[in-house]
Amino acid sequence: MNLKIAVYRYNPDVDTKPYMKDYTLEVAEGTDMMVLDVLMLLKEQDPTLAFRRSCREGVCGSDGVNMNGKNGLACITPISTFKGKKLEVRPLPGMPVVRDLIVDLTQFYKQYEKIKPYLINDDKTPAREHLQSPEERAHLDGLYECIMCACCSTACPSFWWNPDKFIGPSGLLHAYRFLIDSRDTATEERLSELDDAYSVFRCHGIMNCVDVCPKGLNPTKAIGHIKSMLLKRAV
Amino acid sequence: MVTNAASLGRSGVHDFILIRASAVILTLYTIFLVGFIATSSPLTYDAWHGLFSTLPMKVFTLLALVAILVHAWIGIWQVLTDYVKPLALRGVLLFVFVVTAFAYLAAGITIVWGV
Repeated sequence: MNLKIAVYRYNPDVDTKPYMKDYTLEVAEGTDMMVLDVLMLLKEQDPTLAFRRSCREGVCGSDGVNMNGKNGLACITPISTFKGKKLEVRPLPGMPVVRDLIVDLTQFYKQYEKIKPYLINDDKTPAREHLQSPEERAHLDGLYECIMCACCSTACPSFWWNPDKFIGPSGLLHAYRFLIDSRDTATEERLSELDDAYSVFRCHGIMNCVDVCPKGLNPTKAIGHIKSMLLKRAV
Repeated sequence: MVTNAASLGRSGVHDFILIRASAVILTLYTIFLVGFIATSSPLTYDAWHGLFSTLPMKVFTLLALVAILVHAWIGIWQVLTDYVKPLALRGVLLFVFVVTAFAYLAAGITIVWGV
């Protein structure tokens, strides 16, 4: 069986503009494998091909790429997903390309930094630890699992047009994770930081983020909760 | 916190409320007008004139015109800040759209109070 693959190639030192390069891979009939395996076999053919990967099991979030038009992690996306169609692999959309499938995620991390992704607690430090009830802890489910692969934020048109002002689905999922944490005492300050026309309210709820999240999380729901918190504070 | 002065609301949440409140008024106005046209057949000049000569309808129409101004101002500002990156061009476009919406409001006041 011959697998047909097209990969986005761009080396700014050599190429004047990006192009799609066609590859053919010979594999045994009926073989299924992950897109990352395909990329690694291609790299054996063509060592100049550049992409990021680390854990190869959907935990580290390094190999977020765009496969046949949809963002996802190459390491947990089987080629059988594409039902024999030609596989087209491109870098995550909207971000500056460093080389081939590697994008510059500086803007994405800057937005993450803005939401102060750590617990802020001004209470007297307890003797041992800040305790949470099982119910309080349950609020963090569906939020803490984000691995920051950037698949969601780079699938969001609001993030494409305003990556410097709109926090993006990933950052806002994290923002809500700290807003709802019973041990965090900076809720008011956090909300004040988010109450402008861009940071949260550029989300118009089109749910591309939910569609692509490889961990099955729901950033749109978290953003809805943040909007409700801002509304309750204002009305 | 990202600051801006070109949108109508004082903050993100203010814009959010204004755009929804104005949408409610516009929806009610549309439903009412469509309902009136559908139920008054034949739609004569007298029926149309009679409808707009009552004070509640004049107020409702003016409310709808103000709602269009509010809704369009915020909506157009959002679309322009997404798609038009050169600042001077964006500023000119927003100015034209907002002035047009004000012109509609002024024309509406004159027309409705002339009935």
